[in-house]
Amino acid sequence: MKLLEAEGLGYSIDGRVLVADAAFALGAGELTALIGPNGSGKTTLLRLALGLLEKDAGSSSIDGTAVESLSPVERARRVAYLPQARPLVWPQPVRDVVSLGRFAYGAALGRLSQEDSEAVERAIRVCQLDGFEERAADTLSGGELSRVHLARALAAETPLVVADEPVAALDPRYQHKTMQLFANMTRAGRSVLTVIHDLDLALRYASKVLWMHEGRIVANGTPQETFTATRLRDVFGIDAQVLSDGAHTRLEISGPA
Amino acid sequence: MNRVVGILLASLVGALVLSVALGSVPLPLNRVLGALTFQSSQGDQLVVWQIRLPRALAAGFVGAALGMSGAALQGLLRNPLAEPGILGVSATAALFATFVLYFGLATAGPLVLPLAAVAGALIATLLVALAALRTRSVVTLILIGVGLSSFSAAIMALLMNLAPNPFSLADMVNWMLGTVDNRSFDDLLFALPFMAIGVAVLLASRRGLSVLALGDEAAEGMGLDLKRQRLAVIIGAGLATGAAVALAGAIGFVGIVAPHLVRPFLRYDPARLLVPSALLGGLILVLADIGVRVLPTDSELKLGVVASLLGAPVFIWIAARRRLA
Repeated sequence: MKLLEAEGLGYSIDGRVLVADAAFALGAGELTALIGPNGSGKTTLLRLALGLLEKDAGSSSIDGTAVESLSPVERARRVAYLPQARPLVWPQPVRDVVSLGRFAYGAALGRLSQEDSEAVERAIRVCQLDGFEERAADTLSGGELSRVHLARALAAETPLVVADEPVAALDPRYQHKTMQLFANMTRAGRSVLTVIHDLDLALRYASKVLWMHEGRIVANGTPQETFTATRLRDVFGIDAQVLSDGAHTRLEISGPA
Repeated sequence: MNRVVGILLASLVGALVLSVALGSVPLPLNRVLGALTFQSSQGDQLVVWQIRLPRALAAGFVGAALGMSGAALQGLLRNPLAEPGILGVSATAALFATFVLYFGLATAGPLVLPLAAVAGALIATLLVALAALRTRSVVTLILIGVGLSSFSAAIMALLMNLAPNPFSLADMVNWMLGTVDNRSFDDLLFALPFMAIGVAVLLASRRGLSVLALGDEAAEGMGLDLKRQRLAVIIGAGLATGAAVALAGAIGFVGIVAPHLVRPFLRYDPARLLVPSALLGGLILVLADIGVRVLPTDSELKLGVVASLLGAPVFIWIAARRRLA
C-alpha cells in the first residue's frame, strides 16, 4: 500500500489553473524530490495531496484511505507536514516548539508523556539542536530556526514526512546534513517528500524526482532517468549539462537559456 | 497547580478580603470574618453580604472572564494586542444595553439590562462564528469584528444623539464607563452561567491554541481541526466577554494587559496562559475597584475609567516592545 497516492489532482483559482491532472505515489523507503520553477504549483500540489486544500478534481489517499475521511489527528499521525511559511508569534523556547510536533498524540506543553519527550529529544538530536533547547526561538538565526521547525515535524515520527523547502535557509553543511538525514530515514523504511530548489542536492540524494511545470507533473522517475539537458531547459529555462563519471552524476549550470 | 497559579490565586483571595474590609466604614479582619460566617452584627452582615462581597466578586469575575478571553483570542489571532472585544462582541452587547436605556426599559426589571447585553453578545458571537465557517483567514474575522464594533458604536452614538432626555443620556454614559457599583448576588447569578460555559469551552480547547503559535497551516498539518478550534474560541470568548459586559459594562485593557504580564512566566505558551490570565485579570479589577472606592473624589469614579487609565499606557508599552513581527 502506498503511503501517499494522488490521482488526477486539479485546482484552479479565479480561472487560473494552479495544478492540473497531477498523479504520483509515494512508497516506503523513498526519498522523493519535488522540483520545478517558482509558481509551478509545488506547494499547491502538496496541500491538495494532504487534503489541506480542497481539490477541484482527482483523489488522494494516505495509507489507502481517502484524505477526506481521515480526521486531522489521524492524518497527522501518518504524515508530518512542514509548510514553507513558518510564522512564529511568541518567543517560545526551542524545546517547546519541537514538542508541538507531538500534538496529534495528545501531548500538552509542560505535561509530555515519557514517549513524547523521548521523541522530542530524538528530533532535537538529529537536527543538531543540542544546547539550543532552552533558547528563545526569536534569538535564533534563520537557518537555526529552520532546523527547529524541521525538528518539530520530525518529532511526530510519522512514516511519511512532507517538507516544503526545508533546506532553503540552511548553510551548505546543514543542507547536506539534512538531505543525509532524510536519506537515513528512508533507508530505515520511512518516506520523505521534499520540495527543493537546489538541483544538485536533488540529483545527489533523491531516489525519485517529480518534475513540475505550469501545474503539471511533467516527469517522474529516478534522477538518472529524468535529468536531461533538454528537460532542464524546458522546465527551468536554464542551460545545463548533466555530467556522469559512472559512479556520480552531477550538474553544470552555465546560465539562463 | 504550578507556582504562578498558586501565587495569583493567593493574591486574588487576599485582594477580595481586602476589598470587603475596605470602604466608607473600614471593617477589621475579625469583623469581616464574623460577617462572612454570620457571627457578627446585622449591620456588618448587611454591608458584607449585600454590598461589598457581590461587588468584589463581580469585579473578580469580570476581570477573570476578560483576562481569559483576551488570552484565548490573542492565541487564536496570534496577536498580543487582541482584546476580548476584538470580534465586536463587547460593542454589540453595549449597543443592546444602550437600546434598553434609550427606551427606558431598564425600569421594567433588574435583569432587563444584562439580558439585553447578553443577547447582543450572543448575536455578535453567532455572526462571527458564521463568518468563521466561511472564511479561512483570521484577518477576515478581525475585519468583520472591527466592522461590527464600528457599526454598533455608530448606532450607539446615534441613540445618544437622539436621547429623549438628559437622564437617559446620563444612564447610557454611566453604563458605558463600566462599573460594578451596586451589583447584587442576583446580577452575579445571572451572568455566571454564561461565563462558566464560556470559560469551560475555552479551557477544553486550549491545547489547540499552542499549535496555532506555528501558524494555521502548520497547525492543521499537526492535527488541529482549525474550524472547530476557531468556533470554540469565538463562542467561549463571546459568552465570557458578553457576560462580563452584561455584569459591568465596558471595561477595557484588562483583557490585553493580563495575558501579556503573565506570558513570560509560562514560557509564552498560549494554552498554559489561560488560567493565570484569568486570575491576574480578576486581581487587577478587584484592586482597581478598591482604588475606585477609597480614592476621595467628588463624583463616583468608574471602574472602567480607572482600568483604562492604568491599562492604556501598558498597552502602548506592550506595542512598543514586541519582539516578533
